[in-house]
Amino acid sequence: MNAAFLYALVGVGLLALGLYALIVYAHLLRKILAINIMGSGVFLVLVALARRTGEAVPDVVPHAMVITGIVVAISATALALALMLKLAAVASEVELPAAQDKDRRNEC
Amino acid sequence: MLTGSVFNTVPWSMILILLPLVAGMICFLLPRMAQTLGIITAFVILLSVVGLGWQLLENGVYHHVVGGWNAPLGIELHADGLSLLMLAISAMVGCAVSVYSAGYFEREVAKQFWPLWLFLWAALNALFLSADIFNLYVTLEMMGLAAVALAALTGSREALGGAMRYLLATLLGSLAYLLGVALLYHGFGSVDIATLATKVVPSPIVWAALGLIVTGLLLKTALFPLHFWLPPAHASAPAPVSALLSALVVKASFYILLRLWLEIFGPLGLEGVATLLGLLGAAAVLFGSLQALRQTRLKLLIAYSTVAQIGYLFLVFPLAANAGSIAWSAAAYLALSHALAKAAMFMAAGNLLRFGGHDRIADLDRVVQRLPLTAAAFALAGVSIMGLPPSGGFIGKWFLLEAALTQQRWDLVMVLILGGMMAAGYIFKVLGNAFTQAPVPHKSRVVPASMEWAALTLASGAVLLGFLAEPVLLLIGSGTPFGVGEAIP
Repeated sequence: MNAAFLYALVGVGLLALGLYALIVYAHLLRKILAINIMGSGVFLVLVALARRTGEAVPDVVPHAMVITGIVVAISATALALALMLKLAAVASEVELPAAQDKDRRNEC
Repeated sequence: MLTGSVFNTVPWSMILILLPLVAGMICFLLPRMAQTLGIITAFVILLSVVGLGWQLLENGVYHHVVGGWNAPLGIELHADGLSLLMLAISAMVGCAVSVYSAGYFEREVAKQFWPLWLFLWAALNALFLSADIFNLYVTLEMMGLAAVALAALTGSREALGGAMRYLLATLLGSLAYLLGVALLYHGFGSVDIATLATKVVPSPIVWAALGLIVTGLLLKTALFPLHFWLPPAHASAPAPVSALLSALVVKASFYILLRLWLEIFGPLGLEGVATLLGLLGAAAVLFGSLQALRQTRLKLLIAYSTVAQIGYLFLVFPLAANAGSIAWSAAAYLALSHALAKAAMFMAAGNLLRFGGHDRIADLDRVVQRLPLTAAAFALAGVSIMGLPPSGGFIGKWFLLEAALTQQRWDLVMVLILGGMMAAGYIFKVLGNAFTQAPVPHKSRVVPASMEWAALTLASGAVLLGFLAEPVLLLIGSGTPFGVGEAIP
């Protein structure tokens, strides 16, 4: 087991933690954080996979992907936070309003 | 043919991506011009799609290397019949929605609508022209963010909640997709679809990537049971936005799934996955139709009808293994006619909402006499959704039914027939109330003629498709996106 493999495993671990938090917690800030942690997990996997050849110079393509991914993640987080603040202002709550069907209350 | 050759050399694909992007930015900076500029842009895009179609018919599959940088570092654009079909759907629905929006939005909201809508359009066009799976991720995210912002446009509690739910679902889907892309790149050293198609061999890494990519895309396409975010988001958005979300945005992630399945995963012979997708599709048809029958609000009814109609697209997967290109053509035809019909339906619902100030089905007050064009639009769109001849929906469902019958898949035949009957049920439930007087009369507002005509034009288009099967299938088949085989039965 080399270092790159360990990093990739940590990335998958972060992904699982984030997914758990996204489903379990109702507070929107926690959900947004959970999505961000999942994103970091995916990026860590990508960075680790860049080392897969074992050469001195890592593969640059996954690095370029991670940079693009970070830009996307920042925009998405900004939009999510703005939506959350609007929702807090309009409905004075920071949880998702219950869907019409009661059985879907806890999903996402 | 000088004009022909000039027409042929214009880089239409670049215009399709750059024009809405630049126009969106100008709309953002100069909100006074937004509406005029937006409508002009819409029609130039329609013209560019015609131009690209011309190039495709003249020269075959279109391929463009942006800035002269080849893969893996550069970005390549690729267009065949399937891409052209999706671009054409977006252009037709987009033009109608643009005209409709000019009448629908107040000045203040219009300022926010136009830049977002043009960004969404740029993302859609880029998505349909992308030739590698990482660019598909980027365009998918661009599309998702613009769509969420559009869904939140009214700023009401329902709209914001629906948009938030939608955002979380779409981000989760994108992350799953991205991890799948990372695994495919790790396994085969490329993100180019054509290169991957030649390199991919059955292996654990492909199964993991397949699982992640398919799950992520199903979440975005809102296939049952991952549809939970769709009804609140689509029902609480403004009418033109609901039309865009239902007609185009869910189709975009379906397009990616279809593209990857056709080129990368399909040839691996994944019968189990195909069966599972077909099963989920059948469940979506039945569940979505049942839920639509139960709704008392018009927009929610239409949103659940979308859940059902998405199911039809997935019935193709188990049939395609033996039916080949005819089944895929059926899916493409269904996607096309559903986009036109569903956009028309949401626009008609928007007219009714504007007219009566509510969308409670039981309180529709003699709208057939008072808004005849809107009622006609809803009825015509309904004809296509139910799959009655002669309409685009009928052709698509007929092909599906034929494939199911020849393969003796009686279960799928039952689903197709039940789905059609339930669709008739929920559409006549609305139309029945449209003829009768409501128990409580409401004040009514004037609906601009452009909004009525936009809905009626799209709905007529969905019905007209029933007569145009042969040329449309010929166009879809250019560049043989569904593999070698006769596209026309």
